[in-house]
Amino acid sequence: MRTRMRTRNRTVITPEGVALPFVLASRGARAAALLLDLAMIGAAMIATTLTLIWIAGGIGIQVAEIETAASPKARALQALVIIWIIAMFLFRNAWFLFFELGPRGATPGKRITGIRVAARGTERLTTEAVIARNIVRDIELFMPMVFIGGAFAAGSDTDLASWAGAVWFAIFVLFPFFNRDALRCGDVIAGTWVVEVPRRKLGEALSVSAPVAAADQAFTFTPEELAVYGEFELQTLERMLRDGRGPALDDVADAISRKIGRPYPYRAERVFLESYYLQLRAQLEQGLRLGRRKADKHAA
Amino acid sequence: MNEPAAPSLLGRLGGWFSPAASAEIAAAEDAALRSDRFRLEREGEWKRLDAIVTRIERGRLRSVSDEDLLALPALYRTAVSSLAVARETSLDAETLAWLEVLTRRAWFVVYGPRAGLGDWLLRFFGGGWSASVRALSSEILIALALMVCGTVAGWLLVASDPDWYYALIPGGMADARVPGASRAVLMGTLFGQQGQQGLAVFAAALFSNNAQVAILAFALGFAFGLPSAMLLIQNTATLGALLWLYHGQGLTLELVGWLSVHGTTELYAILLAGAAGLHIGRAMAFPGEAALLDAAAAAGRRAAQVMVGVVLMLIVAGLLEGFARQLIDNTAGRLIVGSFMLVFWTAYFFVWRGTGRES
Repeated sequence: MRTRMRTRNRTVITPEGVALPFVLASRGARAAALLLDLAMIGAAMIATTLTLIWIAGGIGIQVAEIETAASPKARALQALVIIWIIAMFLFRNAWFLFFELGPRGATPGKRITGIRVAARGTERLTTEAVIARNIVRDIELFMPMVFIGGAFAAGSDTDLASWAGAVWFAIFVLFPFFNRDALRCGDVIAGTWVVEVPRRKLGEALSVSAPVAAADQAFTFTPEELAVYGEFELQTLERMLRDGRGPALDDVADAISRKIGRPYPYRAERVFLESYYLQLRAQLEQGLRLGRRKADKHAA
Repeated sequence: MNEPAAPSLLGRLGGWFSPAASAEIAAAEDAALRSDRFRLEREGEWKRLDAIVTRIERGRLRSVSDEDLLALPALYRTAVSSLAVARETSLDAETLAWLEVLTRRAWFVVYGPRAGLGDWLLRFFGGGWSASVRALSSEILIALALMVCGTVAGWLLVASDPDWYYALIPGGMADARVPGASRAVLMGTLFGQQGQQGLAVFAAALFSNNAQVAILAFALGFAFGLPSAMLLIQNTATLGALLWLYHGQGLTLELVGWLSVHGTTELYAILLAGAAGLHIGRAMAFPGEAALLDAAAAAGRRAAQVMVGVVLMLIVAGLLEGFARQLIDNTAGRLIVGSFMLVFWTAYFFVWRGTGRES
């Protein structure tokens, strides 16, 4: 599992020369986003159709009249049919385009699953790229649906040709499973990929928020006591302090106390750990400034 | 935000390692770590950037003040450099991760799609479209050759064996237009439909259908352009078969007139769509110096611009087919409209060089 997670990590160098890590969206998240979008498109299509039928009902004409009467009513109905055809075309082709060109680069489905479209590498996401990736969606998605649907509608005489066609379209549908970056054909053509956009809140700075700041029973550790751990342990400890609960903190405090051979008073594990964290970080960061990194406890 | 205490440097440095723990140290801890002070000094700017980016992401660009908008690039660069510094000096995983997310979000905003849809359309009509069409000239010639071949092949096939006609012409179209139909019947399909109702609906339906075909011709270019080529040949073979049918009754010119009203625009659009498909196929089969994915991406972006134009041309073609063809009931008029459209498109793409804002 860990190796699979790692293969989804990508690094992009910004024009400013800083490496930014990206996490590619999982295929599952993308499929979920697509299904959500399709459901929404379907709902929008049905709603539009029902609204137009309702308006037509309000005008008070039957569909059968459309070819015969040249009355204002028939003209109104014709206008409704045109609106319907254009609306269906737009829902099918412009839904993805419209939303992905927005500042979030994501359709509603993608927003819900927390992913967005981005240009591969350091390039900008351009309007042309978004158009290209969505035009190709047609053969990846709608064509196979039409084709396989047609094959089923034709009934039992699904012959060799339709199976060949189904396989042909299956290649497009399954394309994302056959490359490293989970690109679909449209992504290849447009030079885009889909990445996760995690949102997070900034936690308090620990050296300010920690209650140890106000506590007079703060511990002081010797450099030797601090030298047993490295950055990895420090960051594990940080995570514990930020969201750890009582019993977990207890265990960690016990482990550290055993390791450095220094006891701490009953129920003072939080103060103990916070003191240790701050002083360890101070020591490691000082080393950092001098160009010495200590990745973990095994590092020299 | 807490006001960081300002303890003496000596107190801070001494405080961590000397065994003398005292209230003084506790006070120093208030912002004891250098990296936390680094963070607290810049946090205000980061938060401001965060607020601006959040508002833009929610689509409320208008609620962002001019001042904030002008500050955005500078704030972004501050965040980027903060991130670079923090990576080298700070071990606060929380801050680092948050800064990375913030920088990434700001990066998307600062380096996002440059133009809105309106602005993009202006550039598109003002030269971007024709420039991208010209970039595809060699593929357009190939596609044109394929279409001519398709027409000739359709004609020859039907001429050698009329049964081919039924294979080439889709069932719905072959109502009265079958081999052996009399001249009068065929005339009837070409003229005298002014009285018909529902032309507008017909036009909209035609557009929707044709646009879907053109999109397909483009999208299939992905498979090295072969399906695009086949689609071009197959569609023009239909044309060849129709030409043969009407030629048999001496109605060639009338048919050409009937077709040309919208056909010059529509065939032009299909030609461009096929050329766009071939362009991508060629880039993928022969990427040249560039990496395959880069070549495909560059070709795809160029071709996508052509495709937007193709859809617009098909709207025009649908309108011409729905209205002009039925309303103009003589061959000369139809030929004039058709050739005017042909000249118009050719001049727009290949003669007019835009307003100098080409992309």
